[in-house]
Amino acid sequence: MKTPPIAPPLGPGIPSSSGADFLTTKLDIAVQWAQSNSLWPMPFGTACCAIEFMSVVSSHYDLARFGAEVVRFSPRQSDLLIVAGTVVDKLAPVLKKIYDQMPEPKWVISMGVCASTGGFYRAYHVVQGIDEIVPVDVYVAGCPPTPENLIHGIIELQKKIQSGELARHREAKTFVPIRVGVDPDLSIPAYSDGVMAHLQGKKELPEMAETAEGELDAKARAAAGEGRR
Amino acid sequence: MSATLANPFAPPSISFGPVLEQKLAGRVTAEPRPASDIPTLVTDAATLKEAALFLRDDPAAAYDLFLDLASVDRSKLPGDLAPKDKTRFQANYILYSTKRNEHLRLRVNLPAKEPAVPSLVGVWPAANWFEREAWDLMGIRFEGHPNLQRLLTHNGFVGHALRKDYDKKQRWLCTEEDLLQTELAAKTDDPADMFETMTLNFGPSHPTTHGTLRVVMRVDGEKIVAAESECGYLHRCFEGMSETHTWVQVVPYTDRLNYCSPMINGNGYVRAVEQMLGVDVPPRAKAARTVLNEFSRIMDHLVCIAANLVDLGALTNFWYAFQPREEIYGLLEACCGARLTSSYARIGGLAKDVPENFVEWSRSLLPTIRDRMADVDGLITKNKIAWNRMRGTGVVSKEHAIAWGFTGPSLRASGVAYDVRKDKPYEMYGDVDFDVPISTDGDNLARYLVRMEEMRQSMRIIEQILARFPKGPINSDDYRVILPPKEMVYNEMEALIYHFKLVFEGVKVPPGEIYSYTEGANGELGYSLVSDGSGFPYRIKVRPPCFPLFAAFEHVIKGGMVSDAVATLGSLNIIAGELDR
Repeated sequence: MKTPPIAPPLGPGIPSSSGADFLTTKLDIAVQWAQSNSLWPMPFGTACCAIEFMSVVSSHYDLARFGAEVVRFSPRQSDLLIVAGTVVDKLAPVLKKIYDQMPEPKWVISMGVCASTGGFYRAYHVVQGIDEIVPVDVYVAGCPPTPENLIHGIIELQKKIQSGELARHREAKTFVPIRVGVDPDLSIPAYSDGVMAHLQGKKELPEMAETAEGELDAKARAAAGEGRR
Repeated sequence: MSATLANPFAPPSISFGPVLEQKLAGRVTAEPRPASDIPTLVTDAATLKEAALFLRDDPAAAYDLFLDLASVDRSKLPGDLAPKDKTRFQANYILYSTKRNEHLRLRVNLPAKEPAVPSLVGVWPAANWFEREAWDLMGIRFEGHPNLQRLLTHNGFVGHALRKDYDKKQRWLCTEEDLLQTELAAKTDDPADMFETMTLNFGPSHPTTHGTLRVVMRVDGEKIVAAESECGYLHRCFEGMSETHTWVQVVPYTDRLNYCSPMINGNGYVRAVEQMLGVDVPPRAKAARTVLNEFSRIMDHLVCIAANLVDLGALTNFWYAFQPREEIYGLLEACCGARLTSSYARIGGLAKDVPENFVEWSRSLLPTIRDRMADVDGLITKNKIAWNRMRGTGVVSKEHAIAWGFTGPSLRASGVAYDVRKDKPYEMYGDVDFDVPISTDGDNLARYLVRMEEMRQSMRIIEQILARFPKGPINSDDYRVILPPKEMVYNEMEALIYHFKLVFEGVKVPPGEIYSYTEGANGELGYSLVSDGSGFPYRIKVRPPCFPLFAAFEHVIKGGMVSDAVATLGSLNIIAGELDR
């Protein structure tokens, strides 16, 4: 008896050997596959990197090839926050608010060294990496990154989404103090204990409980918010 | 050595000296300056307003354009440069006369304790934001200023960041409450008005701000009855950081000022330092800088027009306009290895020679630019929809443009033909033939048309220079400012010493100061430099062309529709990196 030919796989999953045109997979994998190939970016473009982001979405580099061309400037309609450019202290609350407004599931790409570490702006008004404020999935190096580099970052993120790994599962870094080099003579607003411990070089961060859905515990989240203020 | 490092001091050349002597004898004095710097008048806080009015109104002076306010904290100047009269701060007002084509610096020396001068907002409205900035970063109080609040830093900031005793790494917490919030709403909180108008927040994260600008408007239906703009959302401390780096290390920072046309900033900066040093660059470097400046100007105008048209709903132009940009990027990448942040300029020349096929490559780009521009032209310039959106909106009259301190395409679109390339030629602009396009309408359409024509003129300049692109060295042979070639370093003792000194100590700029200006893509890009003779800049103040444009934005849009405000913001071309520095 002749074996029927194996149907080619349509995507991730197990190819069927029965000859019928269907495919068996876990729902999670199918969803992740779909999510990773239809990212809707929200460009939080602040500086030079935003110009390179414009190059990435325009005709020459054409981000549509990777399914991420539907740029939405409303956080409520997007699931990928691309922070392109320097974030300064004055803009930090704005970035936090935009991140909070995005619906789940959401991912963050930190484009360029300014967003990742503050870059060569080690100065009085520049956030030294946006992971002081929001969790980051992929850091893209470069000042500014070349379009190829950003595309590489997006491909890396797609792999990450397909593997099910999320940044907010990591140890949250929102406890890193936003104020550096505190002057003892000036009155300081009260920090939570976690922040003070961190300031004094003790690395014990408060417990960040996770619920089954992977959400941060509401209390810890509130503490994180307090810590920032 | 081709050039000398010492600056010859020339007697002050104040053409209206006799009138000045007659009106303000003894209270305003001229200060001796090097020939490369602009003339300087010194006065005191009590006479400032009178002197300002004289300079603005007297036909012999006629300084109608307020360009910049550069403040200096002199407390850390070494021994013989330190102020003799126990003053600490300096407020330097940079002025320009459109009628006489002359720059002037008006200086006031201020005490260490509670430095204060009368506000000049009433004399030149453009002074408004410049004074707020000086208050924010230097702590100079301007008495009688209508709204003396922090501008670049947030309200939670403590201290004045550019004072010499401020630790440049000290950051301050910013909460949402520290932002502008409902200040404007509170201002117009008239109960009778409550049901008629509403407050509309616009930015800092909004697609049409192309960056991080913020405007809070009070709207009556679609009509804007009041507006207040705010900047500082990208204040990344250019001036503060430049004080902690050597003169050459500042070049990469300048690339990130106006990131749509980075080469212009770097070339303008090194030109200022070269003027202080008295170094002349070879013709090949001048030609290369001019060509790259003009390509950068084209790139900047393309981005401005493309983004502006996207905001008006004409998305196709974006794809057309970005294609030549990509191709120009190819040329820049071949020159310096980077697309956007080029760091190509060096004091005394360029980082390295232009590629061998530079002339042919540059020439081959021009047809592409022309084709894509023709596409945009065909879609927009005679398009009725575009005309309806752009014509008569965002109108700035000639008088207003001057009063608000506009320069560049926005000023020329309002009918003033001031272009530094033409009026004070530098690099190779004096040797080429080009026109300065102007319009008298001052609206969004005029700004669009002026930019389109400027790109054509830029291509004319490029073509003329490419036709006689000089051969020879790219860098000055003054090895006190630029690294000697490697063959010399390996074979000659003297070159090795210069190499060593430059790498370890950097360029030593002689003590002094300068205001140097070039034509940026958005207007006059000025650098006020102060050197104390060490290897580090003592103070760098940039005159960003966008700053007065955005300061005036709230007045331009008043009375118009919200959608026209979007068109106006795009056509003024505010670049946040340059605005906030």
